[in-house]
Amino acid sequence: MTSSRIAIIGAGPAGFYAAEHLLASTRIVDVDMFDRVPTPWGLVRAGVAPDHPKIKSVSDQFAEIAAHPRYRFFGNVEIGRTVDRDALLARYDAVLYAIGARAERLLGIEGEDLAGSLGASDFVAWYNGHPDLASLEPDLSGTNAIVVGNGNVALDVARILLLPQHILERTDMADHALAALARSTIRHVTILGRRGAAQAAFTTSELREIIGIEDLSVTIQGDDLVAPADLSPMELRRVQRNLAVLEQARGAALADSPRSLAFRFLRAPTAIRGDGRVQEVEVGVNRLEPGEPGEPSVRAVDTGIRETLSADLVIRAVGYRGCALPGVPFDETSGTIPHLAGAVLSGEREFVAGWIKRGPSGIIGTNRACAVETAETLLASLSPSGSRAVPARAIEDWLAGSCPDHIDDSGWSCIDRHERSMGQACTRPRVKLVTVQDMVAVARRQGAAAAPYSNPTGP
Amino acid sequence: MESSRARSKAAPGRTVLKGVVVAYIVTGGCMDVLDRACIKVCPVDCIYEGGRMMYVNVDECIDCGACEPACPAEAIYFEEDLPEELRAFSDATRDFFTGLGSPGGARKLGKQSHDAGPAASRNA
Repeated sequence: MTSSRIAIIGAGPAGFYAAEHLLASTRIVDVDMFDRVPTPWGLVRAGVAPDHPKIKSVSDQFAEIAAHPRYRFFGNVEIGRTVDRDALLARYDAVLYAIGARAERLLGIEGEDLAGSLGASDFVAWYNGHPDLASLEPDLSGTNAIVVGNGNVALDVARILLLPQHILERTDMADHALAALARSTIRHVTILGRRGAAQAAFTTSELREIIGIEDLSVTIQGDDLVAPADLSPMELRRVQRNLAVLEQARGAALADSPRSLAFRFLRAPTAIRGDGRVQEVEVGVNRLEPGEPGEPSVRAVDTGIRETLSADLVIRAVGYRGCALPGVPFDETSGTIPHLAGAVLSGEREFVAGWIKRGPSGIIGTNRACAVETAETLLASLSPSGSRAVPARAIEDWLAGSCPDHIDDSGWSCIDRHERSMGQACTRPRVKLVTVQDMVAVARRQGAAAAPYSNPTGP
Repeated sequence: MESSRARSKAAPGRTVLKGVVVAYIVTGGCMDVLDRACIKVCPVDCIYEGGRMMYVNVDECIDCGACEPACPAEAIYFEEDLPEELRAFSDATRDFFTGLGSPGGARKLGKQSHDAGPAASRNA
């Protein structure tokens, strides 16, 4: 049987789970995985909070998949910029897009673009050392932060703003973020949820974690913490647990705590105001009504009542959104690539997995079942008679010409060893390189294991 | 408890209660059902198949929670939320791996014929 060569675009969880399934097939498949940044692992590296090392350890699984002899990594190659879709289709039997959802949803309110108002996706990428956001420099010189949204990302962002420095400095948080958070004067964080506590998407473990921060005073407003009657048993279990944790927190507000967290439910920002930068947020008070068909079962309706909250920093965490790839079909409404069981609709030997396939929801493990479905569809589509792909070596030659700064497996392994070794010196899991330039420089020290490790461009 | 304590030190970021690392636990709802929906979503392949039910390897589990809503029998709980009457499954999931240790992947290991805890008792 002949072998087939597949390109996977995006080296995050969905891409790796697809690669794993393709490589385990009885068909002989070679997988080349591309990413626009020099490092693999997607949101496990740049999204998962740095104080969640256990979740981040899922990368060990990805490293194991990457050790397969028929797997290759090519980082710092961006489809649509350095390499285009047609060039991939000309060289591979199939192309699988697992590019995630890197844009963010906006609130669509006045003042959203004021200085001091930013998206959680940028803030998260900044503290995790994503090279695109390393120079974000969020202004943390105020006292009050407002986080908009009731998902785990909102809790991550709020927790990072509130955690004591001695916890952050044991993590692989980017050095620039560690330094900025050490200087941060943010002391009070308010989390706004447009619906009630029972409708909040955050998980109980994340909720427990933020409420459990040492010396943190927690208040809860706008919700009587009663579970709705019409939930499925599974959903009820989850909601009751969340409500119980919030109830317990409500009884434990501290009198003179240095840091505070306020959950304000049934509150949605209606305007962000300030003279050149964020100073206050106008908040609309909502009430709940049964949702229309096709909507969530409970929807928020504006009562017209307004409140004003003082704010120095506003971070919106109301969801991610997929971005179109040049030449690839795209559904603007859902921000996804339309597909049937993972095969791109009106695509040409193209497939899709992960957030860009099903929308930006679910956790790391959700991508496994999603990627397996796509990989099965892809495998079934491969021609039994022969491969149209070019040889492995021809891909390397092509990339050497078209993107000379691409990072291959040995380059990534240099970066990985360098970061871990820097981390070892200060009892952290790793110290991240945060610019493409530094990553490329370290990757180029192929086989230079004896050379002393140091930051290539200094601190 | 000594080995659990050692584990909790070795695994930063884990939830530790009274010195024991807690994880997600499969309970009696799985017994003789073995739907296996959980293993399809486990990102680290740490849910192992025994003779009559599935078992989470607490050393390999990363506490992500993907398995819990995936289980059609609603048999999976975060250990901290385990109802009193299901506590036996907490020990069972640890006992199951006596002799197996951390195999590093359920699919590699394959189905096991043995069980532990309630599923191993003849009257269950």
